[in-house]
Amino acid sequence: MEMMRRERIDRGIKVRTEGIYAISSIREVLYLLGPRLILIVGMISLPFILELAPYWKRVVNIMCVYSLIALSFDFLANYVGLVCLGGAFFVGIGGYIAAIFNVYLSFPIYVSIPLATICGAIFCTLMLLPCLPLRGVYFAIVTLMYPLFFTRVIEALNILGGTNGITGLSSFPNQYVEEYTIIIVTLLFLFGMRRFVTQDIGLVLRGVKDNDQAVRASGISIAYMKSLAVFIASVMGCFAGAYIAHLYMWSGISLFALDFSIIPIASVVIGGGGTLVGAIIGSVILVPLSEILRAFGTFRIVIYCIILTLVIVFKSEGLMIYLQRKYHQFERWVKV
Amino acid sequence: MEIIVYGIINSITLSLMALGFTLVYSISRLPNFAHGALYITAGYFTWLFINKFAGFPYPFAIIAALALTSIIGALIYRFILIRVRGMEISEIIASYAIGLAILEGLRWGGLRGMTFTLPTFVTGSFNIMGVSVDYQRIIIVGVGIFIFIVLYLFTHFNRIGLALRGIAQDERAAMMLGIDSDMTAIVSLAIGSGLAGFAGVVLLPLGNIIVEVGYNVLIFAIAVCVVGGLGSWGGTIIASFVIGFAQILTEFFLSSHYQMVVALLAIIIILLIKPSGLFGKQKELEERV
Amino acid sequence: MGEGMSGDIPILSTKGISKSFGGLQALIDVSFEVYRGEVFGIIGPNGSGKTTLINCITGFIKIDSGTVYFKEKNITGWKAHKIAHEGIARTFQIMRPYYSLPAYKNLIIPLWSPRARKIGGWRGGGKHGDRDTVAVDILEEIGFERDSKVPYKIASTLPTGYQKRLELARCIAVRPEIIFCDEVFSGLSMSEIAGMLPLIEKMKSDGITLIMIEHRLRELFRVADRVMALNFGEKIAEGEPFVVIEDKRVKEAYLGTEEV
Repeated sequence: MEMMRRERIDRGIKVRTEGIYAISSIREVLYLLGPRLILIVGMISLPFILELAPYWKRVVNIMCVYSLIALSFDFLANYVGLVCLGGAFFVGIGGYIAAIFNVYLSFPIYVSIPLATICGAIFCTLMLLPCLPLRGVYFAIVTLMYPLFFTRVIEALNILGGTNGITGLSSFPNQYVEEYTIIIVTLLFLFGMRRFVTQDIGLVLRGVKDNDQAVRASGISIAYMKSLAVFIASVMGCFAGAYIAHLYMWSGISLFALDFSIIPIASVVIGGGGTLVGAIIGSVILVPLSEILRAFGTFRIVIYCIILTLVIVFKSEGLMIYLQRKYHQFERWVKV
Repeated sequence: MEIIVYGIINSITLSLMALGFTLVYSISRLPNFAHGALYITAGYFTWLFINKFAGFPYPFAIIAALALTSIIGALIYRFILIRVRGMEISEIIASYAIGLAILEGLRWGGLRGMTFTLPTFVTGSFNIMGVSVDYQRIIIVGVGIFIFIVLYLFTHFNRIGLALRGIAQDERAAMMLGIDSDMTAIVSLAIGSGLAGFAGVVLLPLGNIIVEVGYNVLIFAIAVCVVGGLGSWGGTIIASFVIGFAQILTEFFLSSHYQMVVALLAIIIILLIKPSGLFGKQKELEERV
Repeated sequence: MGEGMSGDIPILSTKGISKSFGGLQALIDVSFEVYRGEVFGIIGPNGSGKTTLINCITGFIKIDSGTVYFKEKNITGWKAHKIAHEGIARTFQIMRPYYSLPAYKNLIIPLWSPRARKIGGWRGGGKHGDRDTVAVDILEEIGFERDSKVPYKIASTLPTGYQKRLELARCIAVRPEIIFCDEVFSGLSMSEIAGMLPLIEKMKSDGITLIMIEHRLRELFRVADRVMALNFGEKIAEGEPFVVIEDKRVKEAYLGTEEV
């Protein structure tokens, strides 16, 4: 009986383009830049393509918001080892702070969003600071509790507009500003983070994930590194929150809702954890899907959950890693 | 006086909610985030059996519902959790997703509003030391204590129970002695789901069967377990008394809005002071070199 | 005690360190002094508190009572990373490299540490490539052949001998004054140990003080200047290696006592 084995081999072009000297032909340059260009050009031209379907422009904005939150989840979970199940916490804080600045202090929108991003991130980092020594399940549970906690506090104390939320945030000057703000910020964060994690400081963060004791023994404060990472992640989350508050011109407890925690996680799982791009791809798939399924009401959450479970159980590597493999390698059957 | 009586009742309610979660975690180290969903499922099944299959007597409906819930728990492990076993985060996400799917599925299927209620076992009420308590709550307390005793006897004197405890203490050693780890995990999940369902059936007659209750139960269960130390039995019971009384006190002096705030605050405070919980057996984190 | 060196100031000294876990007294009143440039061995049967002692000194565990002085500075109760920053490095008994990174990238982390940046002189302007070069240099020094693929392999795929070396390299990269070696010889073959000994000698000649916990007494005694023996958390002997091993209480600790 003949035994067959499947083997995977790197494509020639991949090996050639790995060294910098090999970039001599347009083909190889395209091989390297192609996927990036498709993503960038695709994202930037989306508003034009959707000129015919204005409703879907909104969806693109929401998609980018979820991408940002997913990016922050992916970064924290796969590069620092902090699994934060409370993405909604960042969103809510960002949204509320933007609302406070814009409505109560009447700052203009181009001040309130950046300010809310920074202040929100500082606030989130301070709030999470005590939980940073926790790991694994414990950190996950606490972060899951934070958004719930704030919801209940706002409800119980009836502050910040109580259950009605704060209304009357100013909107974006025009639709293009509204769209390109989020698209460009998302792309900037994506490529910025990809660069960041390969820097030496990114390696130190991965070291914290692999073996925090050894990092301590090297004379690096883990608490500092972790809080830095949380700060970076919450910058993304808070920006998303501030943006969405201005987009809806409203900030309420639904910014702390489960959607902002579960959909980004699902995106990362589906897109492929640890790739950062996967977070975007996952959102690009899930958010429009959820729009299509809007008619089904809460049933779409059921669909997400089923997709999420199936992916986590059967294809835990995620889409991006699968695509990368197909792009860089080919497979063939060989006799053993 | 009212505080003491209602405090005790509330505490036992909480520990009933948490029992299934603790049991599963202590035996198979699985955080079963589908706990709240199973709680609601059991209540819903009971309601179905009583109202849709007319003629089902109440006790029989309960038993059938509990059996079904246990089977669901076992199936969840057999087909899903078994594949992500050992990957903590995947366990949490997967079980949470399942729970969410069940709850939202039920909501979509029409589990809304006030129409879904279970009758109390015995109606009426009587006075304890000047406080009027209805029979259902008395039953809850009785049943709660009964369950503790049964579980204690089961895990200390029964073969399967001992095997479960063995697994809980040292999985590898237990496997070497021929205890099947997957089998015990299935059993533990089945029992844990059964307990979640049991708590549902006993407690739900006091209110409506609504999806939100499922989420709350999950949070309360986690709160109690984390405060008591994940996987610690004594800790669970003591923690439910701590949180139970704290809740009743805040309800008495502030307002009932704060119930959930208290539970969440308890988790956060405990994790910050003593991450392993009040009675957690894990070493303190800084000493885990 | 520290014969011949008592005139010097010890680089590290402890006074009456005690630590208990629950009811178990892991360390009882341990005091010792180590002088600059020494190789100081700590021996003792299993469970005698050797690793606990290291954890206490390096700040990974809080001490119940007692003080630790490093260059006459009281460092008791400092956080682990601050102690490391002062110049006390350590290896771990259970080796855990940063598994997902290549061997040389493992060194980027200690090289990035504030201490290494301060001493190394490539602070601030440190270009990405610089640290990589330094890392490979250190690895070569410690026995990773530069021309082979070994320094570029993923750490989890390295054989035990290389992983032990990687642990040491990780310590050297922070430019420490003292290195605590927690059983670096255990699990190695005779030839691998023979390869390690020159490294120890080299570190010693570079002026690094070494404190070594070992079970492999014969190998330890080839490099150690002085040793201290622990049993049930108590110091039972200290001095020249071959004097200590002849000590009655040390023999009893290793071989058991015959008196009832």
